[in-house]
Amino acid sequence: MNTLQHSMKKPASSVKRRDVLASGAGLSAWVLLLPASAASDDLASAVSAYAGGAAVRTGKVRLDIAELVDNGNVVPLTVTVESPMTAGDHVTAIAVFNEKNPQREVAKFALGPRYGKASVSTRIRLATTQKLTAVAQMSDGSFWSHTASVVVTLAACIEGET
Amino acid sequence: MGRPFAAQLMARTLINAPATAKRGQVIEIRATIAHPMETGFRPGEDGKVLPRDLIQRFSCRYNGELVFAAELFSAVAANPYLAFHTVAIDSGQLVLRWEGDNGFSQTETLNLAVTV
Repeated sequence: MNTLQHSMKKPASSVKRRDVLASGAGLSAWVLLLPASAASDDLASAVSAYAGGAAVRTGKVRLDIAELVDNGNVVPLTVTVESPMTAGDHVTAIAVFNEKNPQREVAKFALGPRYGKASVSTRIRLATTQKLTAVAQMSDGSFWSHTASVVVTLAACIEGET
Repeated sequence: MGRPFAAQLMARTLINAPATAKRGQVIEIRATIAHPMETGFRPGEDGKVLPRDLIQRFSCRYNGELVFAAELFSAVAANPYLAFHTVAIDSGQLVLRWEGDNGFSQTETLNLAVTV
């Protein structure tokens, strides 16, 4: 009799436990997701601040960077933009932003109609696995972008980051 | 491309550009300069953060006209490398200039002969 009562009670208590577990799991997922989305927001806000609030469309720009990087201290990258580079239609500026380095900006380049071929290369540092966005401004004032994800095995040194 | 006597006082540079080009041809210039690009985020051996020492600006002038400029941040690797383009218009000089923290500045001049 006693055992029967106990077993009848059990479903009620396990439902409670399930609720507690579910809410706990939900909470931890929320906590885990928050920093990641905050970092992406930083990248997005850096890009929109660069564009001065103008619409940044995807396309025309290609950010070439290795998907898997062994050494984050020296990572070659090339940004190429589809543009005839004539006096009437050319790229005026290219900028590269990162998601998780201590500083969002990577490099900003100024171009003109005499640049000839809308492509620029450099070598950068990456602190960790993250996204990079290249933005190009055209002579008509429009902004175009491309985002690439990079997995970094050995990070560039930022242990002193506060 | 160096200046042998001044080289010890200046950072070493390695510049790769054609000496001659046809008018209208797009040429590529690749330039590297020896510089630590200290980020200002990294601790030294004593655990204190090393002071920032970056090259912040680069420019290339072709017969006086600015054809390419770059603003560099701490995410640019040490010994910064830049590869860029310009259209060969007239024979003359390409003046490459780097400027940065602690009053760093360096200028290198290249000669370009343009044929028709």
